[in-house]
Amino acid sequence: MTGPAPGKGGQGAWLVRGAALAGAGAGVAQADGPADILVRGGTIAAIGSGLSQAGARVLDADGLVALPGLVDLHTHLREPGREDAETVETGTRAAALGGYTAVHAMANTDPVADTAGVVEQVWRLGRACGRCDVQPVGAVSVGLGGVRLAELGTMADSAARVRVFSDDGRCVADPLLMRRALEYVKAFDGVIAQHAQEPRLTEGAQLNEGEMSGRLGLAGWPAVAEEAIVARDCLLAAHVGSALHVCHVSTAGSAEIIRWAKSKGWPVTAEVTPHHLLLTDELAAGYDPVFKVNPPLRTAADVAELRRALADGTIDCVATDHAPHPVEAKETEWPEAAFGMIGLETALRAVQQAMVDSGLLDWDGVADRMSARPARIGRLAGHGGPLAAGRPASLTLYDPAAPPEAVTPGASKSRNTPFAGMELPGRVVATFLRGVPTVLDGKLG
Amino acid sequence: MRRHLISAADLSRADALLILDTAEELADLTDRPIKKLPTLRGRTVVNLFFEDSTRTRISFEAAAKRLSADVINFSAKGSSVAKGESLKDTALTLEAMGADAVVIRHGASGAAHRLAGWVRGSVVNAGDGTHEHPTQALLDAFTMRRRLQGAGAARGKGLDGIRVTIVGDVLHSRVARSNVLLLSALGAQVTLAAPPTLLPLAVDSWPCAVSYELDSELPKSDAVMMLRVQTERMTAAYFPSVREYSRRYGLDAARMARLPEHAIVMHPGPMNRGVEIAAEVADSARSTVVEQVANGVTIRMAVLYLLLGGTEFPEAAAEVSR
Repeated sequence: MTGPAPGKGGQGAWLVRGAALAGAGAGVAQADGPADILVRGGTIAAIGSGLSQAGARVLDADGLVALPGLVDLHTHLREPGREDAETVETGTRAAALGGYTAVHAMANTDPVADTAGVVEQVWRLGRACGRCDVQPVGAVSVGLGGVRLAELGTMADSAARVRVFSDDGRCVADPLLMRRALEYVKAFDGVIAQHAQEPRLTEGAQLNEGEMSGRLGLAGWPAVAEEAIVARDCLLAAHVGSALHVCHVSTAGSAEIIRWAKSKGWPVTAEVTPHHLLLTDELAAGYDPVFKVNPPLRTAADVAELRRALADGTIDCVATDHAPHPVEAKETEWPEAAFGMIGLETALRAVQQAMVDSGLLDWDGVADRMSARPARIGRLAGHGGPLAAGRPASLTLYDPAAPPEAVTPGASKSRNTPFAGMELPGRVVATFLRGVPTVLDGKLG
Repeated sequence: MRRHLISAADLSRADALLILDTAEELADLTDRPIKKLPTLRGRTVVNLFFEDSTRTRISFEAAAKRLSADVINFSAKGSSVAKGESLKDTALTLEAMGADAVVIRHGASGAAHRLAGWVRGSVVNAGDGTHEHPTQALLDAFTMRRRLQGAGAARGKGLDGIRVTIVGDVLHSRVARSNVLLLSALGAQVTLAAPPTLLPLAVDSWPCAVSYELDSELPKSDAVMMLRVQTERMTAAYFPSVREYSRRYGLDAARMARLPEHAIVMHPGPMNRGVEIAAEVADSARSTVVEQVANGVTIRMAVLYLLLGGTEFPEAAAEVSR
């Protein structure tokens, strides 16, 4: 993911005037007041007040927050194989509208992204679209089968330069395979992103095991099925000294285990989804499978704990787990329905509601959790800010004061948003990818 | 009454009493040579059965026919459903055919709930997965009320103070879920007796007591309801063997002797004789198993009658006496 993406033109200069900077790095806190950002030749040419227009197009950013372009560690783009649900084209459009400049495309496509051929294909599709960098994630095991290691090194050495490996959708349940995977990727600074789900404890599971699952007669999905794997993998990561990333942490117990692992100095990172920061299993009461997701929505107590863990840095970042599904996969009985929710277009708004409006995180914190840290975990040098002269001009302009508005269908090919009809605050006004506006005035450029 | 009957939780005490009292009126009909009322003439009731359940299906069929409704039986086997048609498309088909009520039995929890979102007619849940089976709970309550309060004197009464013990696989039982909700709404004191593996994790949030032991509960029970045990639960390690289950939670003659004199033994059927209930208990005078079946038709008549808003009750009663 180096160098500008081809196509789409617009290498002209932009002057973003009067934005509140978030994630500007040391010395430039948002408290310093609004600043101008001059973008030229794909990079940030200057940051300061009263910068000269000098032929640049001006974007009035009064009242807007400027964040380094958002980075998603967990996106399902569905291509190749399920182009009826999403394509790289539609998924990256949704990403840009959500303020993202880079997304990690998960490996559970058909065919599975377990060879250099498939990851390079996805990477090339992303470059051709040009709206958002697409960084493929490689599968850990062949065909996500959990038995044999995929050719991790070949994927790392490919044009796609894969660094994050995951069998997401399935857990690398075999402890020996997990150990070997963790060890093996040390050779090329890789990280194993684990979908923590003990398979035996979740056979047929439908909904968080608790009051709701008991009442609704849906097979329970115990928190311990996640926590047991998180604990095991933290111990394995410590043992072999390798980087573990925990996908979509959903329980208070997992957060506690990760906090403990970090206190030991172990190389563990973690993500949480916007929906697990905002929604609970109570929503399943109407059996609408739009609320069916893996891991399942948990309780209000879990939500509170996840927010706290994201605020204190125990959980490093927000990742969407954007999981598009066609209408018929959700318009069915709950047990028959597919797991997953889309989230790219609503992530920042959901995070504002869950974290900023609740006072748990300021905008510098949001820049850290949605751009800097995911970029670092994903080994994306060209992303994550800081907003500083000389850095690639990938940034997001966001209006937190935009009145709460009901979530409506967007650019994703799928409609399975759990926030449909729900009012969320804020609005992504503009997204720049290396100086090129991919979104302007809330619309695709 | 609401438009649908999907969960016992939807029924207030007053709703439940209305159904039970209506059933009481209709019960008289059963004793007449011509067991038919004209109240639902011209209305269509569809029995939409995705699971094999001859007992429940014929009970609903008999109920609808006694009210003169047209009955269409739609069994998923060998139908378009077997060819991959979705529940929604099946619902739209029934809708187009003008079903006034759809009685649905489905293996998925929440299926009745989903169906209600897709059809204009009334939906009656005849069992959805491991969720609920509200007409079973109503017929159980009706049976208890008649047996324990006396058939003639029961009208208008709830089940206040009556102690009911429900025994067995509560976790997977739609009968238990509906009964706990309905019986507690009617004032009964419900106790669940089961091995811990067969109770929901958060059962303490239910309006009932819980015991891991059956023997201690029997002397303080006015009614004992034995749930069917599915032997496939054994392979999922819910209990070690059928023999051990039977030894600890089965109702045999010796255990039955610990019940108070007036107590009744219930079972929603079909029974596993020799597993959760011994043959001599099933066939004893305390057993209400056959009565429950008869009451099932009556209760389902009352439910269809009230949901489909047939002619006013006095008129129907007049028909009966004619």
